[in-house]
Amino acid sequence: MSGATETFYSVIRRQGMTRRSFHKFCSLTAASLGLGPLAASSIANALETKPRLPVIWLHGLECTCCSESFIRSAHPLIKDALLSMISLDYDDTIMAAAGHQAEAILEETRAKYKGRYVLAVEGNPPLNEGGMFCIDGGKPFVEKLRSMAEESMAIIAWGTCASWGCVQAAKPNPTGAAPIDKVITNKPIIKVPGCPPIAEVMSGLVTFITTFGKLPELDRQGRPSMFYSERIHDKCYRRSHFDAGQFVEEWDDEYARKGYCLYKMGCKGPTTYNASSALRWNGGVSFPIQSGHGGFGCSEDGFWDKGSFYDRLTTIKQFGIEENADQIGMAAAGVVGLTVAAHAAITAVKRMTHKPDRAPHKSKPS
Amino acid sequence: MAVQTPNGFNLDRSGRRIVIDPLTRIEGHLRVEANLDSDNVIRNAVSSGTMWRGIEVILRGRDPRDAWAFTERICGVCTGTHALTSVRAVENALGIAIPENANSIRNIMQLCLLVHDHLVHFYHLHALDWVDVVSALKADPKSTSALAQSISPWPLSSPGYFKDLQIRLTKFFESGQHGPFKNGYWGHPAYKLPPEANLMAVAHYLEALDFQKEIVKIQAIYGGKNPHPNWLVGGVPCAINIDGTGAVGAINMERLNIVSSIIDRSIEFVEHVYLPDIVAICSFYKDWLHGGGLSSKNVMSYGDIPENANDCSAKSFKLPRGVILGGNLNEILPIDHGDPEQIQEFVAHSWYKYPSDCCGLHPWDGITEPRFELGPKLKGSKTDIKELDEGGKYSWIKAPRWRGHAVEVGPLARYIIGYAQGKAGFKEPAERLLKGLNLPLTALFSTLGRTAARALECQWAAHQMRYFQDKLVMHIKAGNTATADVSRWKPESWHKEAKGYGFSEAPRGALGHWIKIKGAKIDNYQCVVPTTWNGSPRDAKGNIGAFEASLIGTPMVDPHRPLEILRTIHSFDPCLACSTHVMSPDGQEMASVNVR
Repeated sequence: MSGATETFYSVIRRQGMTRRSFHKFCSLTAASLGLGPLAASSIANALETKPRLPVIWLHGLECTCCSESFIRSAHPLIKDALLSMISLDYDDTIMAAAGHQAEAILEETRAKYKGRYVLAVEGNPPLNEGGMFCIDGGKPFVEKLRSMAEESMAIIAWGTCASWGCVQAAKPNPTGAAPIDKVITNKPIIKVPGCPPIAEVMSGLVTFITTFGKLPELDRQGRPSMFYSERIHDKCYRRSHFDAGQFVEEWDDEYARKGYCLYKMGCKGPTTYNASSALRWNGGVSFPIQSGHGGFGCSEDGFWDKGSFYDRLTTIKQFGIEENADQIGMAAAGVVGLTVAAHAAITAVKRMTHKPDRAPHKSKPS
Repeated sequence: MAVQTPNGFNLDRSGRRIVIDPLTRIEGHLRVEANLDSDNVIRNAVSSGTMWRGIEVILRGRDPRDAWAFTERICGVCTGTHALTSVRAVENALGIAIPENANSIRNIMQLCLLVHDHLVHFYHLHALDWVDVVSALKADPKSTSALAQSISPWPLSSPGYFKDLQIRLTKFFESGQHGPFKNGYWGHPAYKLPPEANLMAVAHYLEALDFQKEIVKIQAIYGGKNPHPNWLVGGVPCAINIDGTGAVGAINMERLNIVSSIIDRSIEFVEHVYLPDIVAICSFYKDWLHGGGLSSKNVMSYGDIPENANDCSAKSFKLPRGVILGGNLNEILPIDHGDPEQIQEFVAHSWYKYPSDCCGLHPWDGITEPRFELGPKLKGSKTDIKELDEGGKYSWIKAPRWRGHAVEVGPLARYIIGYAQGKAGFKEPAERLLKGLNLPLTALFSTLGRTAARALECQWAAHQMRYFQDKLVMHIKAGNTATADVSRWKPESWHKEAKGYGFSEAPRGALGHWIKIKGAKIDNYQCVVPTTWNGSPRDAKGNIGAFEASLIGTPMVDPHRPLEILRTIHSFDPCLACSTHVMSPDGQEMASVNVR
């Protein structure tokens, strides 16, 4: 586990990418951004000499399950992500510094890495009571969020809190907790919903950005298509029991012991877009349905307010993969045509990148 | 102008004030302020919880069978412990008895949390208060290897192993990007470990980061995922089917084998890495015995890990139950969660409104609404606080008291009570640790004692996982495979009105949920949480809580770099998302004031 000079280039070389592939990657990145051959060499130069991607990870109103999930990642190991792939310069939960020394890092990052750092947000800001339901450094958390968003390159909205509002935004939302895109409207926001999101989805997103030097394809709701374009039901290993009409009728009945479908016990797999049945949890060991409990749709907007978790779904018209996440998302104000160069590449091509073309949200914080 | 608090601490706020906000390496948002005298000794301490989410407001009117999922989201670090406490509260209210297998599986999941949470707390939230990462760059890998091999048979201990790590760390620091180690208090005189011990500890910081993700696979087997596994009112959701048709879709031999293997590896890691590290660190810091606070006076533990399903007697609980007051180890006082005179919450210095600020309320009758107002001596403004006024309201945490007394909860409280009871698995390991370090019993009442008790408990919990896993297998062998009682699953089987409570010993201490059910819906729900006890602000009578008490009298070497304060506060393993909760009187949305 000996180290190297830890630029992005050396990291991907160490991970097996040849120099030839590296240059091809730079050309493709430049082409995908609509830039000429000169830009490709600028990108290559930047990636070889520039630092690891700085990441600032803020915590609003949340429960820290997203951070806990992130450190469960089996590939890559979080040890390697922290030492070799990104530079996690600020994260309240694990950083050595506190108080003034911690706050100083934020100011330094804004100035030193202007437009070149990723802002990761876990949790969300409350807007009631002058924002003081979440105080950070003596001030409303929302101020810190706005300030760090301002100079960031892009924002990752970790989990259902940052993406949709989650439990503290469930009715009657006493603190006025608002998802990140209700507060920040001028930056690309990648939503990674789930309570929490699966570890390898989180680390997969981060390493996609550092490896491919761009943000991944997002669906109309702003979620990475690679992880959120299919329903749990579509890839569920108990699907054949659903199709055969074999259901668990009561907890711990003989059908539960045979692993029949949990639809009648309230499983929301048929309406939930997430990767849990395909990737599974904790290094592939299990996922909720495999351990006998229906999914309750923790990656979906407003899932806390859709009746009991044990109510049977009554709104499914038909089954199959006839609708995708994009079509469903059409109804919501969404993200379109989002492509930005990430990481060091942005320093070389910054002026030439697309501005994110996003419709601002009209809805008020609930 | 010192004043004495009713619980025996002298407070003097005349000296210079320092502020730490955010206080990092915890769960949630916490602010600490302290006044120092001319010798830089802490003479006054103020702990302020700076977040509130209102989960209980949200719970009102919902299906009690769903409450576990909402309350589980109070905290993703002590994940599952709120859910367990919630299903216990609902079962208590509805009169549901769970099967033995469900008790064993719940115990294994709760113990799994204790093992995981204690390990991650020590290495990733607390170790950097004792370990100087930059000093590790100066270590001699050969001597580091000799040190590691002298204290443990753990195989990752060769000179080459430590040399490789040192090279990687050196390049990391030379890159100029220090990530989570940026702006740490490296080189601070309060760090006492030699470079070799620091290098060894950094190696174990990284190994523990790799290993912790294995431990929680136990929760994934029985609960489907971690963080936030699934639970069930009436039992556990996972069905058992060892060798019948469809066994592959249930708890079967392969699933039991995974759990068993992880239990063995957890015991090995805790005994060969965590405990030897704790002993080594204690041996270099045994002159730094500050931070005892309330621990030598008042401690409390509800008890948990019942041997038998549905048996809440002190005898059934494998974790100790009871209260010690005034440091009297000869008397363990009994607790009754339903007695309105025992557990009460106060809000005189909390950002909530009561009919009368001087009276406490039992959680079943908890009526509270947020009131964000600051004392007259505040420095700054309502949305830009420079210095709090602890004479007024100053925290989103309420002040729970047991019969009016502030108490400390958590691993140290459990070990003190277990020690006083002479309870198996508590007294003897604590005595052995103290004897090995040549320290008296009183040394336990300290920051270091809190940190050491957590490590002892981690070892205890790992072995108890083995015990309950074996018990589960024994029951299955005897033909008992039930995991849930569904006789009262349907709301039609419930009484029109019911109330109950559930409790547990979370990693951070005593946790209780109180529920009132009316017409099959939640009418009132209250949680009183470990960090609410430990991190509480002053009460109406002026008693200070455990965090504040633990800082009084601690000398600081360099007030600009408040390492000593971090060290002591971290020793409690604060969890702020847990600690701040409230129920509005009518469940209505609070007045909305948008920020800009």
